[in-house]
Amino acid sequence: MNSLQAIWDALDAVPDPEIPVVSIRELGILRDVRQTSTGVEIIITPTYSGCPAMGQIEDDIRTALAQQQISARISIQLAPAWTTDWISAATKEKLRSYGIAPPHTTAPGSDKVVRFSPHKAAVDAVACPQCGSVNTTETSHFGSTACKALYKCLDCLEPFDYFKSY
Amino acid sequence: MAALATPVTAPLDYLLHLADNALVLGQRNAEWCGNGPVLEEDIALANMSLDLIGQARMLYQHAAKIYAPTLVASRTALPPGGALRLRPGGAGSAALAGGEGTGDPVTEDTLAYFRDANDFRNYTLLELPHASDASERDYAVTITRNFFYSALMLLLWEALQTSTDPQLAAIAGKSLKEVRYHFRHSRDWLVRLGDGTPESHGRTQAAVNHLMPYTQEYWAQAAINNIAASETAVGMATLQTRWDDLINDALEEAGLQRPRVMAKPAHGKNGRHSEHLAPLLAEMQSLARAHPQARW
Repeated sequence: MNSLQAIWDALDAVPDPEIPVVSIRELGILRDVRQTSTGVEIIITPTYSGCPAMGQIEDDIRTALAQQQISARISIQLAPAWTTDWISAATKEKLRSYGIAPPHTTAPGSDKVVRFSPHKAAVDAVACPQCGSVNTTETSHFGSTACKALYKCLDCLEPFDYFKSY
Repeated sequence: MAALATPVTAPLDYLLHLADNALVLGQRNAEWCGNGPVLEEDIALANMSLDLIGQARMLYQHAAKIYAPTLVASRTALPPGGALRLRPGGAGSAALAGGEGTGDPVTEDTLAYFRDANDFRNYTLLELPHASDASERDYAVTITRNFFYSALMLLLWEALQTSTDPQLAAIAGKSLKEVRYHFRHSRDWLVRLGDGTPESHGRTQAAVNHLMPYTQEYWAQAAINNIAASETAVGMATLQTRWDDLINDALEEAGLQRPRVMAKPAHGKNGRHSEHLAPLLAEMQSLARAHPQARW
């Protein structure tokens, strides 16, 4: 069991390539470290199917393990599908102080097909990470990465990223 | 519990159909990268293309993992340099044959880069260029197509979550979350354009008139629809009413007319494509075919 704990500890230090202020464990990308009959297996899950950072994340995990001289196999698991609900309150606070508005908790029933109402009504209020105002507006559903939307604060006028609830 | 020990896998044709749909539309929409009408839309289209190509990769990986042994065995049938062949068989029994004759294992890349147009199983709708009478690259065509396709996939991915193929069900669960955003994006823009200026309204109505006939292929009988009657897949007929509701609802809000149908259905899912697919594939596949062993 010591060795599994050592792997968790080593991987705790692997940051997300796009948002280096949080780790892959904090984002919920690192799902499990387990002992199997053929050795240690590390389970990760992609955030978005097309996330170009996944290859980088695997490389970063291999590098971190190599530094500790640990050998393990990396497996990608798709189900259950990644959700921002796995991000803890403390991690959300890290995102906020980094300048990214953290994701809302996904609404109950959001796993159902919804009929989107007109543009403005479909968007929950997102607080500006700079000044805290909820007088903000969505500039674009899609931002610098697939997981973020572009917002603008109408009070302090700063643009910012919102980590979409997903 | 024996059934759990050997999970079922969806037929190869069906996996390729889903994967080819995502890949071809992802590649087509990537033409907007650097050309978007505004910066935010450029980014949005590139993000959605990444999602689609990511979905295609998961499906090709699944297909290659399950079917590779049978594919490798038949690769020596063709001379070196040939493309992979999808040999027509009974429903669900199509087999791949041929290849470069190198004996390399079949991977996601083999499936994406070494099949020719007539072995692709995507809907014809998804390979059409963005062109209209008004413009060589008309955003109304792009948005209308994305809306017609994402409305379908919203329903299909939701239903495929209960596929008896566990990996396909997992891919569906993942893709459903993404397509919700794609649907919202295209629906928003459809309403904005339809309910916009006379110019945007006219172009969007023209795009609806142009593309709607191609959506008949969703429901037309084909070997793939018969496969879909199996428990790994979803019968398309079960989705048609709800798709119509999604479409009619948005068209009404956008002030657009639904054209009264229509022409004969297209046959892309059976491998009979328009003249537009081969050039798209040629561009996408040229590097991999020129340097089949390249690493980067």
